[in-house]
Amino acid sequence: MSHTPKKQTSGTIAKDRLKLLLISERVDCSPEVMERMKDDMIQVISKYMLVDTGEFDIRITKEKTDEQTGEGRQSLYANIPIKGKKTSSSLS
Amino acid sequence: MSEVIVITSGKGGVGKTTASANIGTGLAQLGNKVVLIDTDIGLRNLDVVLGLENRIVYNLVDVVEGNCRIKQALIKDKNYPNLVLLPSAQTRDKSAVTPEQMKKLTDELREEFDYVLLDCPAGIEQGFKNAIAGADRAVVVTTPEVSAIRDADRIIGLLEAAQIQPIDLVLNRIRMDMVKRGDMMSIDDVMDILSVNIIGAIPDDENVVIATNNGDSLVGGNTLAGQAFLNISRRIMGEHVEMLNLDVKTGFLKKLGAIFSKK
Repeated sequence: MSHTPKKQTSGTIAKDRLKLLLISERVDCSPEVMERMKDDMIQVISKYMLVDTGEFDIRITKEKTDEQTGEGRQSLYANIPIKGKKTSSSLS
Repeated sequence: MSEVIVITSGKGGVGKTTASANIGTGLAQLGNKVVLIDTDIGLRNLDVVLGLENRIVYNLVDVVEGNCRIKQALIKDKNYPNLVLLPSAQTRDKSAVTPEQMKKLTDELREEFDYVLLDCPAGIEQGFKNAIAGADRAVVVTTPEVSAIRDADRIIGLLEAAQIQPIDLVLNRIRMDMVKRGDMMSIDDVMDILSVNIIGAIPDDENVVIATNNGDSLVGGNTLAGQAFLNISRRIMGEHVEMLNLDVKTGFLKKLGAIFSKK
């Protein structure tokens, strides 16, 4: 995450494949749906900001179990690197 | 305070039984009274790993069906008198026992022992449901492979749904040479993917096979895997133990040998 390797190693490929797969399995929604959601999010955010679409990452994370209810909560986490803000003239 | 711990994985062949045997033996070495229960009815294995296969008279199903008293079925370990095994039945199947019966059994054993460890069968069906029925906490065993991690994630979800807490992960058969080359997921990678606490990582050590061949315990010995297992037992007891450095320098001669064997 902190650095980009020169070429994709098989370990990185495994990690990326698993991340994508487990996101969809945890919420019971297919990788295609996740991809579509990601594309839609990029479209919306790109209206206001310049985002790095290559580094755009969404995932479902499991939070620590709630002490009171005993339930594990899931949340959608999006990491959207911003390249810069759009100039006011381009904000139509 | 006694604890009932299920050792599970989803996927088969990742080292559940080896982990159960070694964590259990480790807890016994550390002075606890431990009972290991093999819950894999029809495919019993924990007895051979512990080298106790010739001492079995009664088994788990006999106890549950009332053919014998619990004490009669418990087999004392060869080296640690405070470690006992409740073997599984070989000629029956998973439906011979219900989750309610397992819960009752573990509750009875809890009175007598500090730790009740359940070696769970692979899969998520009846055998899994039996094994988790009476458990307070869980240790999920996985390896740094896509199939094993996917199954571990599913198992973690099922354990959470059953309100079993805490859930800790053992990452088995890690090869630091491959991690360094980038050809194996690292401990951090797995932690990142599964977001659970990693209670220990076990190197892919040939001594595991050798110990199992001999029916000996590995834990506590001077092998890297043996040390890693003992650390897990300590952490289960609540001790804070630093992560073991698995990246041991290979000797010069060994490296030279490796170069020549490459042809």
